[in-house]
Amino acid sequence: MLPLYYHVPFFSIVLLMMTGILTSIIHSGKGAMAFHLTMSAFVCGANLWLLSILAPEGECFTYAAGILPHPWGNELAAGPLQAALAAAFAAVMFLCVLGGSREIFEDVEAEKQNLYFVMCDLILASLMAMVYTNDGFTAYVFIEINTIAACALVMAKDTGPTLVATIRYLMMSLLGSGMFLLGLTFTYYITGHLLLINIHEQMEQIIASGTYLIPVTVIMGLMTMGMCLKSALFPFHTWLPDAHGTATTSSSAILSGLVLKGYIVLLLKVIFCLFGEANYRAFHGGDILLAFGFAAMVVGSVRAMGETHIKRMIAYSSVAQIGYIYLGLGLGGRAAAAAAVYQILVHAFTKPLLFLCAGQLAAASGHRKQMYYLRGAGHRARLAGIGFTIGALSMIGLPLLGGFAVKFFLADAALASGWRMWLALAALAISSVLNALYYLPAVVQIWTIREHGEDDLPKLPRFSPGFAAAIAIVALAACSILLGIFCAPLGKLLSDGVALL
Amino acid sequence: MELLTTLWIQRYMVVSVLLFCIGAFSLVFNPNLIKKLIGFDLMDNAIYLMLTSAGYIDGRIAPIVTDFSAAPSAEHFVNPIPAGLVLTGIVVSVSVTAFALALVVRIYQKYHTVYLDVIMASMKKEVD
Repeated sequence: MLPLYYHVPFFSIVLLMMTGILTSIIHSGKGAMAFHLTMSAFVCGANLWLLSILAPEGECFTYAAGILPHPWGNELAAGPLQAALAAAFAAVMFLCVLGGSREIFEDVEAEKQNLYFVMCDLILASLMAMVYTNDGFTAYVFIEINTIAACALVMAKDTGPTLVATIRYLMMSLLGSGMFLLGLTFTYYITGHLLLINIHEQMEQIIASGTYLIPVTVIMGLMTMGMCLKSALFPFHTWLPDAHGTATTSSSAILSGLVLKGYIVLLLKVIFCLFGEANYRAFHGGDILLAFGFAAMVVGSVRAMGETHIKRMIAYSSVAQIGYIYLGLGLGGRAAAAAAVYQILVHAFTKPLLFLCAGQLAAASGHRKQMYYLRGAGHRARLAGIGFTIGALSMIGLPLLGGFAVKFFLADAALASGWRMWLALAALAISSVLNALYYLPAVVQIWTIREHGEDDLPKLPRFSPGFAAAIAIVALAACSILLGIFCAPLGKLLSDGVALL
Repeated sequence: MELLTTLWIQRYMVVSVLLFCIGAFSLVFNPNLIKKLIGFDLMDNAIYLMLTSAGYIDGRIAPIVTDFSAAPSAEHFVNPIPAGLVLTGIVVSVSVTAFALALVVRIYQKYHTVYLDVIMASMKKEVD
């Protein structure tokens, strides 16, 4: 008889899939939202409980999801890292939906509102599956579920630009998942296994024997590129600003905060569990990620500086922030990977905060999202203004905020990595300055008081955020700050978790 | 000659990779949305062809036990796992194709064309 907590990963996935199915027959949008929120809170709680059991002992286990034994059956693997990521993803999903609920009910047609929450359930279920699965093909299936659900979230607004953004996103995503599947097929060809741990054993032998080196290189390239396409690493980021910038607030928050991260977590598992980190580095996979991560950090920020549309600016900033994660993966070693995971968490909490606050600030300025109209918006919507400021300062990397902790961990890890240190430190320095160059003017703009008669803007009333959004903004801001203050124990937890992968 | 022999032995893989490349090329570069989707299906089907061929072993039969008198031996059967994967994969790509086609219909209703470059141009005009 397995202890109860062994069932948490499997039932998180199944429960959310079932929630999705049941939600489709709830006709009221409000009811569907309540059901979704209850379930994601429950799953978050269950994964926190799992984390509290696994973290102290550094325990990890595999769970046979079916009746077949080890080399044939489907498996889930859970450790402190997976539990922490799953709990964080569920919490962020809960807060994104809660915070954007008013916009969801405004932007989505009344009779389709329950379907929006079905998609949220499916995204969370597929994220859980990508975090916990130990099986390559299961990962592929959930990648596709995630793709469809994420596209549906983008097109939920059903305007021309969102539809076009969706189809561009879909095409890129399909190419990415096709590449992953092709890589997996080659892997099956040369190893005969689908479970990551068995593939890893065979990979070690194949690489040691020196046969099939070209196929191994091709597999590495295909899987890495597939996941990079889907997580919008520069130069594959072109679809991202449209998709994230035009969608409804909750969708933008979920896409930036969660969907991109699922693929990166999967890539992390591919690097550590499928190839083995040393092998991946031996084939220069790490150096390529490092180079593109560096480019993404610079280009994303430069493009963000040129944007006057606040949501598109935040979306371009995502491109740069994704660059940080890839920089961490590319540096190599446990500390750098832990820093990358820390950035996944920080960005998962901070970016939804920015999107939710930007949505509120725009709503307080007559639903206009150009920077020009946002002047003084912080005074009309105080809470959103404060939230945006905290998020922006965290992105710049002010101490005591999450963004600083990430930069500190990355720099600390870089010190041990030879010539790569200079590249990483330069990237961090340049990117911090660039972040400040576009986030600070935005912060100044929203807090500048408008003199009467100074411009042609109409006088706008005070804006009430609504109870649900207020809770979400406060919670996300609190998490951004907590991630900065308690960075030492959390960083150790993640670093131990990475070691157990 | 040796190369030709290798190519012949790996013929399924060669054809699959060619089909995959054609599909991927069309998915990325063709401006027609419908043709993009055809490209996607071609790409996925190429992978299914390759998976199926990975499980096929010359001279063996489908893994269905008909003679219960003797204990079945794995020596007689082809590898059934790739077939299972292909079935799952087909389900996935059918649903993705259905979703994408529905999306294209919606776009056609809004923009009256399926050419992405024309749509992008008319969107730019809307913004201006």
